[in-house]
Amino acid sequence: MNSKHTQVNRVIALALTALVLMAAGAAASGQAEASYPARAVSYVIPFNPGGQSDVTAQYQKRYLEEALGVNVVIRHQPGAGGALAWSNLVKARPDGYTVTGNNVPHIIIQPMVRDNAGFTTEELKPVYLFQSTPIGLAVAPDSPFDTLQDLLDYAAEHPGEITVSGSGTHSGHHLALLQMQYLSDTEFTYIPATGAAPSVAAFLGGHTEALLANSTDLLSHHNDMKVLAIGTEQRFRALSDVPTFIEEGLEMTAGIDRGVAVPPETPDDIVATLEDAFAQVSANEEFVAQMEELGFVIHSIGAAEFATYLDRKTEEISTVLRELGEI
Amino acid sequence: MLTQALMGVLDPISLLLIVLGVSAGILVGALPGLTATMAIALLVPFTFGMAPIHGLVLLGAIYSGAIYGGSFSAILINTPGTPSAIATTFDGFPMAQKGEAYRAIVTATLASVFGGVVGVIFLIFLSPPLARASLSFGPPEYFWLAAFGLTIIAAVSPRSTLKGLIGGGIGLLISTIGIAPIEGSVRYTFGTVALQNGIALIPALIGFFCIPEVLRMVEESHESGTVIPYKRQRKMVTRVFHRLLRRPWLMIRSSLLGTFIGIIPGAGGNIAGLVSYNEAIRTSRNKSAFGKGSIDGVAASETANNASVAGALIPMLTLGVPGAPPAAVLFGALLLQGMRPGAELFTSHGTITYAFLFSLILANLAMLPLGILLGRGVARLMQQVRVQTMAPLIIFLSMVGSYSIYNNIADIYTMVGVGLAAHALRKAGFMPGPIVLGLILGPIAEQGLTQSLLMGRARGSLTAVFFGRPISLILIVLTIVSIAAPIVVQYRERHGKGGTLKAMKQLTQEHSEDSV
Repeated sequence: MNSKHTQVNRVIALALTALVLMAAGAAASGQAEASYPARAVSYVIPFNPGGQSDVTAQYQKRYLEEALGVNVVIRHQPGAGGALAWSNLVKARPDGYTVTGNNVPHIIIQPMVRDNAGFTTEELKPVYLFQSTPIGLAVAPDSPFDTLQDLLDYAAEHPGEITVSGSGTHSGHHLALLQMQYLSDTEFTYIPATGAAPSVAAFLGGHTEALLANSTDLLSHHNDMKVLAIGTEQRFRALSDVPTFIEEGLEMTAGIDRGVAVPPETPDDIVATLEDAFAQVSANEEFVAQMEELGFVIHSIGAAEFATYLDRKTEEISTVLRELGEI
Repeated sequence: MLTQALMGVLDPISLLLIVLGVSAGILVGALPGLTATMAIALLVPFTFGMAPIHGLVLLGAIYSGAIYGGSFSAILINTPGTPSAIATTFDGFPMAQKGEAYRAIVTATLASVFGGVVGVIFLIFLSPPLARASLSFGPPEYFWLAAFGLTIIAAVSPRSTLKGLIGGGIGLLISTIGIAPIEGSVRYTFGTVALQNGIALIPALIGFFCIPEVLRMVEESHESGTVIPYKRQRKMVTRVFHRLLRRPWLMIRSSLLGTFIGIIPGAGGNIAGLVSYNEAIRTSRNKSAFGKGSIDGVAASETANNASVAGALIPMLTLGVPGAPPAAVLFGALLLQGMRPGAELFTSHGTITYAFLFSLILANLAMLPLGILLGRGVARLMQQVRVQTMAPLIIFLSMVGSYSIYNNIADIYTMVGVGLAAHALRKAGFMPGPIVLGLILGPIAEQGLTQSLLMGRARGSLTAVFFGRPISLILIVLTIVSIAAPIVVQYRERHGKGGTLKAMKQLTQEHSEDSV
């Protein structure tokens, strides 16, 4: 009995030692690099699995692997509205092996409203912007409001009485509502939830009068709501009977854009390789069809254009936030 | 459609995947830090290439197995393997300390199977109405649910209610670190980026339970030098089975509580297990046995947390609103298979959906042989492993677990820091249970409160929002009963007649229960 005890304990001790040695070996390797990419690329999602960024990455994975010729490992690093992953990205080695989801307006607003978000918008080097979900405003099917104008008229007369559910503070949804209030000179009560799913649930349960949601959620639940307006420039194909905010007289678009970024000092040739790989994915008909089916809008915006877009958005958002006294 | 679905489940590949999934789930669940959510997220890419039925069967099996597997470490090393198993530690580990680790594992197994199957039955037959009902849970209801949950503190701190309350307060305070869930201000981070996300739950759980346990293990190891003693007993499964049969109401209540709490989006297996444990104590005639290795305590927690698995799937499948984090990952997996949760899941994708639901029943049944085999093996192994081997092994796994949850090195520091603080707190008589309860319920209470205040302001009446809603009223009454009941009982015992008689009765009952 006693010798058996010793044996079990010895086996565990040996296994532990082996693990430590393996870990040390893994850390030591990966020093000398051949041409990029020579090993697996980490694709970090700054949000929970099951969300829009994750679903996109899961679809992209195999096409990316074909394009890059190496494995792509999806890792999730949710926290602080994405800031956890972004603050880690700016500290990561600029070797192209860490690619992180780059979500607009999150990466623009967070450094504006927080003292120290752990990153600045400019530090995240944009690579490619591949999809967006326009944001729409919806009310319950039995709501007395049939058009956006009805709702705005009521809100103008009864400031703060209409509650609007959305995901997060200083988020895309929040920004959309701020813009809407600013342009129409109305006041709503924003009730932020800690994610898109709980915000949709609060609205479906009748706890708020209106909902701001991504196109994917609007599409999933379109039988349980009246969508009054959507934040695209032209009509959104999957919900073609819904007018845009612009048609309804508010000069605004609203949406979440999703792309990828790399650490600040990443060499341009590595960015170009990644850009090319993501471009191939976005050109793939099968990928586009799958994504559109779920309510995503596919884009093919490369690094340079993405950077210009970010500059423009930063300008636009800081104006709105400043006018409204949010910053 | 249903026969096709049944065929889909009974094919050899599906059956094999169920066995593999449940076994892998148990292992993942048993390792602190590796959670059901993570296991499912890791496997989604692999299921992508499989036939939809096979992919979903595998994920469902992992989910069930992992929630059950969390009981192993809860019982054996006093550390919940997944947050769902928190309440299992309260009586599971005391059982193990008495040499009844195997008995506790058998109890957890039978309870999990029962709860899991009851949950799936609700899922198959009553999904649409239950999912609709779950939506009536709005911000005020979440606030009152959290308030009710906090009354559990009294139940989980048998030694000193005051210290329990202080502990709960500490937990609530810790939960406010980081970015405020509702209005986004940054609190108590002292300007550091690492604290922006607050104290993450899983590393904190590991820190609170694992580290003090390991240190205690080292300080007061048994004469034999092993972690826990092990008593060999024959016919354990039948004995425990008969014992649980004598508690039909406990089993039924726990599985109903688990299912319903699972349905409410945002409240998962951890709250289900804790509430069910609390109710088990409140309705028991032998309250003093809890916390000292009561088989009823383990059964209440484990029945409820496995019932919550199916519960969490109800709003996810019917409405596309996941009831718990692992269900949210399954939601993503469904989308990837081109299946959008909602009514069409049960019509145009009916065959696959029902096959998935049937497979959950099989997965729960598969836990019986797998869990008992594993349980016996692990309980015996634990008897042989010495503290000097076990302590570093647990510390090693704690580090790996804390890191892997978000691939974040800062979580290891959090875990160690929390662990050392927890050790000091424990020496001062503050147990991890109430602190963790505060940590879990804090954000739910805060969100509910802030959102309700906003709602009340918009509607012009705070009283209507907080006190004018039927479900809220029920929760308020439950909260009051939960607070008042122990005080009334104490008062009666002191001043009422027949106090001594009652106490004697309790003693004899306790005795007969222990001799199972």
